[in-house]
Amino acid sequence: MNHRRVVVTGLGIIAPNAHGIQDFEKALRDGKSGIRFLPHLEKLRFGCRVGGIPENLDQISEEYFPADILHVLNESMRYAGIAALDAWTDAGLHIPLPDDDRVNWDSGAIVGTGIGGADTLGVIIPKVNEGRTRRLGSAVVEQTMSSSVSARLSGLLALGNQVTTNSSACSTGTEAVIMGYERIREGKADKMLCGGAEGSSPYIWAGFDAMRVLNTGKNEAPEQASRPMSATAGGFIPGAGAGILLLESLDSAQQRGARIYGEILGGAVNSGGQRNGGSMSAPNSEGVQRCIRAALHHAGIGSEDVDVINGHLTATMADPLELANWAAALERTPSDLPYIHSTKSLVGHCLGAAGGVECVASLLEVHKGFIHGSINCEDLHEKIQPYEKRVVHHTIEKDFKTLIKASFGFGDVNSCVVFQKYEG
Amino acid sequence: MEEKVIFEKVLEILKPYVREAEDLKTATKETDILNDLKVNSSRLVDIILAIEDEFDIEVSDDEADEVQTIGDAVSLITGKI
Repeated sequence: MNHRRVVVTGLGIIAPNAHGIQDFEKALRDGKSGIRFLPHLEKLRFGCRVGGIPENLDQISEEYFPADILHVLNESMRYAGIAALDAWTDAGLHIPLPDDDRVNWDSGAIVGTGIGGADTLGVIIPKVNEGRTRRLGSAVVEQTMSSSVSARLSGLLALGNQVTTNSSACSTGTEAVIMGYERIREGKADKMLCGGAEGSSPYIWAGFDAMRVLNTGKNEAPEQASRPMSATAGGFIPGAGAGILLLESLDSAQQRGARIYGEILGGAVNSGGQRNGGSMSAPNSEGVQRCIRAALHHAGIGSEDVDVINGHLTATMADPLELANWAAALERTPSDLPYIHSTKSLVGHCLGAAGGVECVASLLEVHKGFIHGSINCEDLHEKIQPYEKRVVHHTIEKDFKTLIKASFGFGDVNSCVVFQKYEG
Repeated sequence: MEEKVIFEKVLEILKPYVREAEDLKTATKETDILNDLKVNSSRLVDIILAIEDEFDIEVSDDEADEVQTIGDAVSLITGKI
């Protein structure tokens, strides 16, 4: 079977530090943090009172959705819709009118979420408990079903191919990209919108705060709070938003003369089986390394071909282990590891959206030839200090060829994808 | 309450649910809520809840099923207030 080549022709992003790829590229280059103090978390007595929430959502939403649709979208659905519509139009495609009955049978969407409609559940649970189910209204199912972040896209864009939601905790967004890539590669679709979306509800973030995995030590200095690879990391900072890529077969992209951000050479997903140090919340290093090596193998490149790593790097105690796993999987010494950086230093950890947001960042970097700075790690963790020269502290302008992106999630699940500059 | 006032209030309630707000400008009592205003059928539940709140009435599911036109809604409300 001849597998088809798959490229990325559209990008959509609504992130804590920017909406739209132009502003997002500038935010990445400038090292702009999207982490802010959140008074409502103080009121709720969270330990961590900072987070990354996209700004001006209400205003942006009114520009993107007709009134009869907008009022039934919860936060994560809006993020997904905005990023998907942006990716679609960024790819040079037209948004169909609601009364145009033609369906895009060869286009679909795999947009994931980690915790999905928790904000809606938070509102309905008290009503149900009070015996007021009759007063819930009609939108609860579409807002709380796991596929809420993808289902609406079908109608907005008349998608007739597979439209679904994957969920694999913080690996979700990257896994979605790999799933869409495989679908196009096998000839089952021409275009797939892939990525992740996550809301900012305290109901989503509370569980992490309760686990004491969020940084509670920088509430007074929000922009310094997300500190991947730092000796004073102290836990991750929760974020929200959506990052969605329009994947397309190379044939389709060439036929319509589309601009190509980069090619997806290959990818892999696996689980560490929660053995050998792996657990619900910690990775089995062998699983991580196998996933990285499988992605390289599948991409048909050697570890020496990798120029840049966009890591998972959340700012927890797992960061030093991640660096060691990259070095082992790529058979590199600390001093010749590919350049490594963390997009989470700027936007926090967008959970189910993280992989989507970070894949958008990665494609911009591949296409435009830069590696954004990873902020707040001036004081590198002692186990990361041997990698010092490979950690990108400040944005580098560099035309490079190959970037590898990984995401890891609760459940000991891993995903890894290889992007390459498209050169024909 | 005058029927005209009830009619105007029903139009206001329908506003978030119609595909084209312009269509409400030419709406009459004969205007069909689903077919003419292209309201998603599942949203009728929300419209009935909004009517209950606005006019402080209760509408049974059977009564709600009978509402097809704006005039049906106005008659239902008139009979209950």
